Amino acid sequence: MIRSLWISKTGLEAQQTQMDVISNNLANVSTSGFKKSRAVFEDLLYQTLRQPGAQSSQQTQLPSGMQIGTGVKPVATERIFTQGNLQQTSNNTDIAINGSGFYQVLMPDGTTQYTRDGSFQINSTGQLVTSSGYTIQPPITIPANAQTVTVAADGVVSVTLPNTVAQTQIGQIQLATFINPAGLSAKGENLYAETAASGTPNPSNPGANGTGVLVQGFVETSNVNVVEEMVNMIQTQRAYEINSKAITTSDQMLQRLAQLGG
Amino acid sequence: MDRVIYTAMTGAQHILDQQATNSNNLANVSTTGFKSQIDSFLSVPIKGGSLDTRSFVVNASGGTDFSPGAIKQTGRTLDVAIEGKGWFSVQRPDGSEGLTRNGSFKISENGILQTAGGRNVLGGGGPITIPPNVNISIGADGTISSVDPAVSGSPSTPIDVIKLSNPDEKSLVRGDDGLFKSASGAGFVADPTVKVVNGALEDSNVSVIHSMVNMISLARSFDIQMQLMKNAENSDQHAAQLFNLS
Repeated sequence: MIRSLWISKTGLEAQQTQMDVISNNLANVSTSGFKKSRAVFEDLLYQTLRQPGAQSSQQTQLPSGMQIGTGVKPVATERIFTQGNLQQTSNNTDIAINGSGFYQVLMPDGTTQYTRDGSFQINSTGQLVTSSGYTIQPPITIPANAQTVTVAADGVVSVTLPNTVAQTQIGQIQLATFINPAGLSAKGENLYAETAASGTPNPSNPGANGTGVLVQGFVETSNVNVVEEMVNMIQTQRAYEINSKAITTSDQMLQRLAQLGG
Repeated sequence: MDRVIYTAMTGAQHILDQQATNSNNLANVSTTGFKSQIDSFLSVPIKGGSLDTRSFVVNASGGTDFSPGAIKQTGRTLDVAIEGKGWFSVQRPDGSEGLTRNGSFKISENGILQTAGGRNVLGGGGPITIPPNVNISIGADGTISSVDPAVSGSPSTPIDVIKLSNPDEKSLVRGDDGLFKSASGAGFVADPTVKVVNGALEDSNVSVIHSMVNMISLARSFDIQMQLMKNAENSDQHAAQLFNLS
């Protein structure tokens, strides 16, 4: 009916998406290893209704054309993989990554997914598992009689066994890096899955090939900045209001038109 | 019927078109690097056999407001904002070069630097490939350099330079895909004076105040056109009554 109604609708939708993303960020403000997202917008296609130089009448030509935009679209919700703060917990199965890289997690269906959440636990068989119970890859099994567990910066896990002075190495945690971590698909439970956009994982030992190092006794807090999200929220709310005002105005114009000849 | 109704009709029709452009500006109030569209009305006099009494109105919306938007910090490595005048060059699907101010870049699965919409960003000689597992930073002149974090104290290696150009704004037109191009079809040359800021994005330059006032003003002008049409109808009715025999 009239273009401005539909154009403003795209504006409302975009701001709604933005608000959803902000709410999700705020909800995960204290999720360890959480990485915030941001909605990215682009202007939609433009319609060239009249080229410059077209005839405006038989004798006259238009000096400029007419081009009408068709609104805005969200093109991506982009995940921002900046480092979260490292918070000391002194729990020796809390292992944070300082730098880039992901822990590899074996899912029940046999696939591998990736996480930054290093608040691990030990299951009934002594394996190091995520808080949802999925084992990390390569598997680390801690002997039942181990007295202390130490995770070195390069991922080597060693334990002290009773009546032994020297530490015993039981495995090495590996990290996977991706060429485009923003292209990973989020699966919930702090897990990400590989996609065509992320590229294939490159497993390596922590500290090698540009991966981060491990820090035992720390968790990586969410990288959501509350102040920033609040400012974004205010901005989104106002932008939403403005677009709904544009709809009201277009509606009133249509109303006037409908009253004609009434 | 009185011809005034046709004059009012062109007024109303083109006010609706301008309201569409204005709504488009408002819808893009938070689109990174967006440049608002400017509308203007043109008066087109009707040349007829008798005296020129009437002018139709035509909407013209070729203009763009090229003023820079506010720069906001994001802290993300691949966010780049241009300080002052200048443009990033990106590749259209047909291979031609388009200009944008949206510096929210990403790295594709093949390591190519792209815009959020998936178009390759052009460097010194075509698309820019970023090697895996490096920390990159973007300098003020668009130089992308990498440091290998695995080797402590390793020197930074320059990778490429983002192509930044600064053509005359009068020569630019908005393409149907939202990217700008030169009206004459000429290419763009890199300009070393264009400066960028890393870790920041440029906000949309839509002035909310201007757009809201413009929206009100257009709505009121539309009301006036509606009133004129009503008047034309009334006059016509009265004229018809004069000839009424009964």
